[in-house]
Amino acid sequence: MKNQSKQLFNLLLAAMAVFVLVLSSCGKASQGTTSGALSGNAASKVYVAPGQHDEFYAFMSGGFSGQIAAYGLPSGRLLKVIPTFSVDPEKGYGFNEETKPLLNTSHGFIPWDDAHHPALSQTNGETDGRWIFINGNNTPRLARIDLTTFETAEILEIPNSGGNHSSPYLTQNTEYVVAGTRFSVPIPQKDVAISSYAENFKGALSFVKVEPTTGRMNIEFQVLMPSHGWTFFTSYNSEMKNSLLEVNASQNDKDFVAAVNWKKAEEYLKAGKAKDFPANYMHNVYSDETHSATSTAMKSVKVLIPSECPGLVYLLPTPKSPHGVDVDPTGEYIVCSGKLSADITAHSFPKMLKAIENKEFDGDISGVPIIKFESVLGGTVKEPGLGPLHTEFDGKGNAYTSFFISSEIVKWKVGTWEVIDRQPTYYSIGHLMVPGGNSMKPEGKYVVALNKITKDRYLPTGPELTQSAQLYSIDGDKMELLLDFPTIGEPHYAQGISAEKIKPKSKQFYKLSENKHPYVTPTEKDAKVVREGNNVHVYMTMIRSHFNPDNIEGIRVGDKVYFHVTNLEQDYDVPHGFAVMGATNAELLIMPGQTETLLWEPKKEGVYPMYCTDFCSALHQEMQGYVRVSPAGSATALRWWLGDEKPVQ
Amino acid sequence: MKALPKILFFIAAAMLLTLFVFPMWQITLIAPQYPTGVTMYIWVNKITGSEEGTLQNINILNHYVGMKYIEPDAIPELKYFPIVVIVMALLGMTLAFTGRWKWWMGWLILGVIGCGLGLYDFYLWEYDYGHNLSPTAPIKIPGMAYQPPLIGNKVLLNFLAKSWPHIGGWFIGGTFILGAVAIWLQKRNTSNT
Repeated sequence: MKNQSKQLFNLLLAAMAVFVLVLSSCGKASQGTTSGALSGNAASKVYVAPGQHDEFYAFMSGGFSGQIAAYGLPSGRLLKVIPTFSVDPEKGYGFNEETKPLLNTSHGFIPWDDAHHPALSQTNGETDGRWIFINGNNTPRLARIDLTTFETAEILEIPNSGGNHSSPYLTQNTEYVVAGTRFSVPIPQKDVAISSYAENFKGALSFVKVEPTTGRMNIEFQVLMPSHGWTFFTSYNSEMKNSLLEVNASQNDKDFVAAVNWKKAEEYLKAGKAKDFPANYMHNVYSDETHSATSTAMKSVKVLIPSECPGLVYLLPTPKSPHGVDVDPTGEYIVCSGKLSADITAHSFPKMLKAIENKEFDGDISGVPIIKFESVLGGTVKEPGLGPLHTEFDGKGNAYTSFFISSEIVKWKVGTWEVIDRQPTYYSIGHLMVPGGNSMKPEGKYVVALNKITKDRYLPTGPELTQSAQLYSIDGDKMELLLDFPTIGEPHYAQGISAEKIKPKSKQFYKLSENKHPYVTPTEKDAKVVREGNNVHVYMTMIRSHFNPDNIEGIRVGDKVYFHVTNLEQDYDVPHGFAVMGATNAELLIMPGQTETLLWEPKKEGVYPMYCTDFCSALHQEMQGYVRVSPAGSATALRWWLGDEKPVQ
Repeated sequence: MKALPKILFFIAAAMLLTLFVFPMWQITLIAPQYPTGVTMYIWVNKITGSEEGTLQNINILNHYVGMKYIEPDAIPELKYFPIVVIVMALLGMTLAFTGRWKWWMGWLILGVIGCGLGLYDFYLWEYDYGHNLSPTAPIKIPGMAYQPPLIGNKVLLNFLAKSWPHIGGWFIGGTFILGAVAIWLQKRNTSNT
């Protein structure tokens, strides 16, 4: 019955923005140095011997770094920073011609974003290791990362959104990735007084359909939340204020959590209830065959309006600024943390269905029914701490809730609502993560605290300090702190998954025979230089340990030189790099079988060195060459060669 | 069971055809950076590797010390050995029906000689690859040759080279043993009658 109703209704609930309430860790710093002592065997529990692999992958968002990083657990070792929303000169991401389209938006090329919530794809409610999705907060976008390559495969801009924060949320079989919005904005955008918020501003929930085999995303429909509104999917601003939110948005006793029935939405969509709204957003897709991304402008979106679609959305009253909304693995309880409440409220899913059936409503907002608080309340964890934010589950009937203000993790029992244990975090935990802890099948061995502040925990590095994660064992009744480790940017939220779900599928290199890049140079015999007016295309190969060609003459000042460099290697872990003096972009870092393009516009005549940047072999240092640049209009012949070969022209 | 030696001899001759199903020989190179090793398979008609890019990878390694590129198209044996093997197999299978052990013996001796010549040829190729080094090699070590062992293990600079028969090679051994057994049985049958 539980599962059935879950399938029937498929609640979608969202967590909220971390608004920095400047309720920092005052008074906590002194505690930090005194507690957090480790028991004797903690080190052995996180020790992964040289050459051994970690048991879990942890994917932590980089927050304001705009990236996502993969770590091993329990060791906390950083494995890879995956460039996603921010350019990365180290990998040429956003600098080479192939990846530039990925960062294209309706506002133009954007080299940065703020990435908060990674979400692993799921099958039957269990993480499956195919893809990980993550939101771009500032210029609303969703990214999909392919976990066979650990590369960004797709970025979809979200229209009618301001601050794609409460996002992404996945349905059980990754049918949809759902994106909420942090800021309400006029929809469609227009020039209005900011004080007309209540009348003009709206928030859209975007339902992004995921193609099951390719993973390709497409905005199937949006749900436009009531016009005099709340800002959010999980509303914490039912006061409808637009300024000084830290005070004004905190006055009501209860705000709302919105429950959306996406199956119903599909019915309305089929019945033609959706309206076509003009929109302007970009859909960017990277191909592992052409090794290039394309960017497509999208012009409209289908919108459902809840007041015209009864049964689509219900509001669940929840005490004070609900922040995190988390469904327990059985699907019975919806745990809502009122960020400014002293309690944790758990709504009951079966009770909610019943209340809907019996119409136990307490009024409505623009036609969206508000379910009576008493009718939906499943239980309350009484005064567990201060500032509850997010909850994860271990699959053994326990829940773990982070408390930002009191800077701790509290373990409590689902159903009996009793607090079992509490452990301090250092400091000011935001999200927390149990591998699979937001799915139906948690792998409840560890909980990771994702902290906002480190203060004195590490060697000081000037005013800007590292942020960090903390690993706790949750095998026993008591949580045990095992390890602190620094992270990139802000580890806002994370996902964990058993390494075995990803490791066997990890790609070793790209097959050269499958390279469909328009400027591929499949063998050294095909290397050439082609002039088309002021554009010069260099078809170059790289293999241990030379470029072909490695000497080029006949380039002129004012030319746009495109180095299309193909790595001919077909072996594991043999990337080559490419750099040329005076390039105003970055290097190329090219995996075996891949082609990448660097645009180079020499400004002055001379002879310019180029070389391999990724230490590739015993003769890496010798992997280099020269490009001769002559004055504009000069008659220097276009010639190229390798070694003693006769120059080709 | 008068037919048994004939059946055995027929099987022995037919077993030669397994050379088209399995490699004859394998050479594996192992070094710290190649924890799983790089394996080259030598067939009667082609050279392959444990992966699609293996031959290229071995050639890249070899070029540092000036060894020639291994290009299967440039090795004529890969073209005429298959014909020799097919002719021998068909001849042997035909001779099986005659039941004349002396002819069988002749076939077997021919096979052993052919096999010996094949191994000698293999050795010559290995010698050529290992000793005929480019004077412009990036890494030159006086007195060093890179000939892999004909059979067995040998350390070549940072690599351990292992050279052993593969399934096809063991089958050839099987051909000789089974052939010899068939001859012995047939000879006994003949002298008893």
